[in-house]
Amino acid sequence: MVSSAANAKDLPTLPGLPMLQSFAILLVFQLIGEAGTQLLNLAVPGPVAGMALLFTAIALRPGLGHALRSTTSGLLQHLSMLFVPAGVGVMLHAGRIRQEWVAIVLAVVIGTIVTLAVTALTIRALAERAPLGPVETEDE
Amino acid sequence: MKPALTEIWVYLSASPLLHLTLTVCAYLLGDWLFRRSGRKPIFNPVLMAIVALVALLVLTGTPYPTYFAGAQFVHFLLGPATVALAVPLYFNFSKLRRLLMPLCVGLFAGSITAALSAVGIARLLDASTGTMLALAPKSVTAPVAMGIVEKLGGPPSLAAILVVSTGIIGAVIGPTLLDWLKVHDPAVRGFAIGTTSHGIGTARAFQESEEAGAFSGLAMGLNALLSSLLLPVLLYLTGIV
Repeated sequence: MVSSAANAKDLPTLPGLPMLQSFAILLVFQLIGEAGTQLLNLAVPGPVAGMALLFTAIALRPGLGHALRSTTSGLLQHLSMLFVPAGVGVMLHAGRIRQEWVAIVLAVVIGTIVTLAVTALTIRALAERAPLGPVETEDE
Repeated sequence: MKPALTEIWVYLSASPLLHLTLTVCAYLLGDWLFRRSGRKPIFNPVLMAIVALVALLVLTGTPYPTYFAGAQFVHFLLGPATVALAVPLYFNFSKLRRLLMPLCVGLFAGSITAALSAVGIARLLDASTGTMLALAPKSVTAPVAMGIVEKLGGPPSLAAILVVSTGIIGAVIGPTLLDWLKVHDPAVRGFAIGTTSHGIGTARAFQESEEAGAFSGLAMGLNALLSSLLLPVLLYLTGIV
């Protein structure tokens, strides 16, 4: 945790880093995340730990967030493309899917609809109880 | 002429370049069709790219590992992209603080519902244990879901497909379902889509607004974190592991 903060402080707070440097920063945080979770034997996946560390670093040094913004929004714009190779793996399981397709299709479709509804309705119910609005904006 | 062509084909099909190029082009073609269709959810670019690539690989008799040798460069970017989610998350953090408690409870409810609904339905329909294990993390982003299933002794590549399917279905049905449930706050919409449909849902949420996308990305990250802790316990309690 300390190392990531130190990393971020070494960076100049340039307005918009070039793509390659931004990409290097993302890789460094992923690497720290992977190494850290391995070393500490955590169940958390490395990239997720890397995300948490980068978030902490940006919170300590907001300039870093502005510097990375153009590269990350470019990368995230095509996020769904990154799932194509894993999806093509469907061809490895043609046999099992043919045998169990009813269970698989129903579990995926119904499960997805139920999960979406439960999540959204839970949040809305709780958010309504604690009314929203710009009541407690001290900083503006 | 003919033998030369065959030679070129043999040479190219053995190099990672061909399948990397095909992956990117299939996606771009899918994205073009999606935009041409007026963004009709059923023309999901990921779905179309997968169908086109599977058809091509089956027709040319190419085994998946050969394909993946090229496509892995795209697959690899999932890691840095996950890290990159910290940036939009930071810029929407003030809204997160406002909704902190509802979002945490919603995440917990969604994460448990995702696993139990899928495994429960599969069990009712007599699915095999491997299929149930692969279904459990279907709302978790692909690399994490594969890790979880592998640890539990299930088939990781089947998990990857179920994850992608869940993502596509959430992206296709999600916005309409949320309209129908009258959930209009972009933060809540994004968070629900991200909890259910991870990165593919997040890509869809970013099309609605940057705020929805940021919350979806946040939910995806938190769900990955929570599920990797929760799922082994949940599956143990239900007697599947």
